[in-house]
Amino acid sequence: MNELASLVEPLTVLVLAIFVGFEVISKVPTTLHTPLMSATNAIHGIVLAGAIVICAQLFAGQHGTLLVTLAVAAVTLGAINVFGGFAVTERMLQMFRRRGDGK
Amino acid sequence: MSVAIDLADLLAIALFIYGLHELNSPATARRGNRFAMVGMAIALVGIVIRTGGIGWQAVAAGVAIGAVVGIVAALKVKMTAMPQMVALYNGAGGGAAALISTVEHYVVHGGAMNDVIAVSLVLSAIIGAVSFAGSLIAFLKLQEVMTGRPVTYPGQQVVNALVLLGILGLAVWFIVTLGVLPSWGYVALLLGALLLGVLFVLPIGGADMPVVISLLNSFTGVAVAITGFELGSNLLIICGALVGASGTILTVAMSRAMNRPLTNVLFGAFGATGGMEVAAAGGGPQQIRSTSADDVAVMLAYAAKVIFVPGYGMAVAQAQHSVKALADQLEKRGVKVLYAIHPVAGRMPGHMNVLLAEANVPYNQLLDMDDANPEFPTADVALVIGANDVTNPAARNVTSSPIYGMPILDVDKAANVVVLKRSMRSGFAGIENPLYEMPNCSMLFGDAKASIDALTAAVKAL
Repeated sequence: MNELASLVEPLTVLVLAIFVGFEVISKVPTTLHTPLMSATNAIHGIVLAGAIVICAQLFAGQHGTLLVTLAVAAVTLGAINVFGGFAVTERMLQMFRRRGDGK
Repeated sequence: MSVAIDLADLLAIALFIYGLHELNSPATARRGNRFAMVGMAIALVGIVIRTGGIGWQAVAAGVAIGAVVGIVAALKVKMTAMPQMVALYNGAGGGAAALISTVEHYVVHGGAMNDVIAVSLVLSAIIGAVSFAGSLIAFLKLQEVMTGRPVTYPGQQVVNALVLLGILGLAVWFIVTLGVLPSWGYVALLLGALLLGVLFVLPIGGADMPVVISLLNSFTGVAVAITGFELGSNLLIICGALVGASGTILTVAMSRAMNRPLTNVLFGAFGATGGMEVAAAGGGPQQIRSTSADDVAVMLAYAAKVIFVPGYGMAVAQAQHSVKALADQLEKRGVKVLYAIHPVAGRMPGHMNVLLAEANVPYNQLLDMDDANPEFPTADVALVIGANDVTNPAARNVTSSPIYGMPILDVDKAANVVVLKRSMRSGFAGIENPLYEMPNCSMLFGDAKASIDALTAAVKAL
């Protein structure tokens, strides 16, 4: 029962975040769907934070080579996701010029 | 200190949400992306401080490699290759989620794993691995390393169902034993999920790719949110939920644009079988009129309103800059130029918009389907550049057509239609297009870029 009680807070956070996500994102126009996808792609790069936590947990105790390799791989993939995702989004958005706004 | 970091997380989350909000207009979108970047930086610094820098060597090594690979790839890739790039980054995120679960599993193995952690661990491992493998297949398809068409074989659904059942069985075993199971059980679970990712994307191809790309994006979001439950991190839960919601909205929007339920996209293997039946039923070659660049140039130059209809063919030929050059020539002569963009044109949501933006086409000339269709009846010329199925009038009235009911661009209602096409090969969906036989339609064969350049030169010469 205690475990279920501990679920209430994260579940509340989850449900509210889903509503916020739907609300904010349904306003994005078709023109920007590719950058939107790419930006949200970069945001789920936050998984890198999880990979960092895992590294810390691993190095705090005994750690074998295999697990260290996997943890470093997790950090690497997370970093590719974050840095690549934001760089690609930035590149795309640079192309949406202001020119023609007033027409 | 811990409170300070919690507040920093809150600030990061606020920046993510505000950044996404700013993406609702091209004028503020870039600022929005910057806000999200700052949020990410704050969140990551916060997490390093929270962990006290333990294991920093591993973190530094991974971040260094990942940052270089990610940024170099992002800056080098051609704009036309964006869909597969996004697929790769997405796969990286999914793979990271699966690896986190794996390390977590072996670190706390035999220790105190309660059932909340067991459930979230196994779910994020499965979904992350599916997203990783699925994204890689999507990448290979889009990069044309493997065929972009649906790959099907007899009994495909049964095989997929069996793999899924196997994974679910192993997952239940994992949860019931709270993670205390032989190592092969977990490894089989991971391999099964990777296999499922491959199998589930294989039969999807061509015009359905935008749906898959956004679906995989939402998968990774869900995997990240569940990882948040596993690690007790609101930051991950919220970010994952935002992405999951966004991916879901895009996926639904894409399937709606094709008037097909999502299940049909995922399991229908669009065009693999249905197209051939229709082609066979049609019988005989189509009666079409071929035209020359000079004739089309005259038609364009003396038109009052021309609507360009770009499709995947424009992306393949990298013709966006040539298209813009032609539009400039026409505008110089007082022709009104518009662009009609079907929601599923290209290989990811908004693909055409990005390419035309790269060529400096002002975004207010880009019309989406609902705004474009009323313009066609008053247009003198509709110039279809490498688009096929999204212009197929069979979708309106041929009930036997696989694309029946899909909303299309009404190019056939323009006074003249000119279709730029490489050959008479049917589109990705493998369906014949009756548009090409209509009296107001003529075909200009050749590479899209070469044809457009020829048109520009001919218009200039007039």
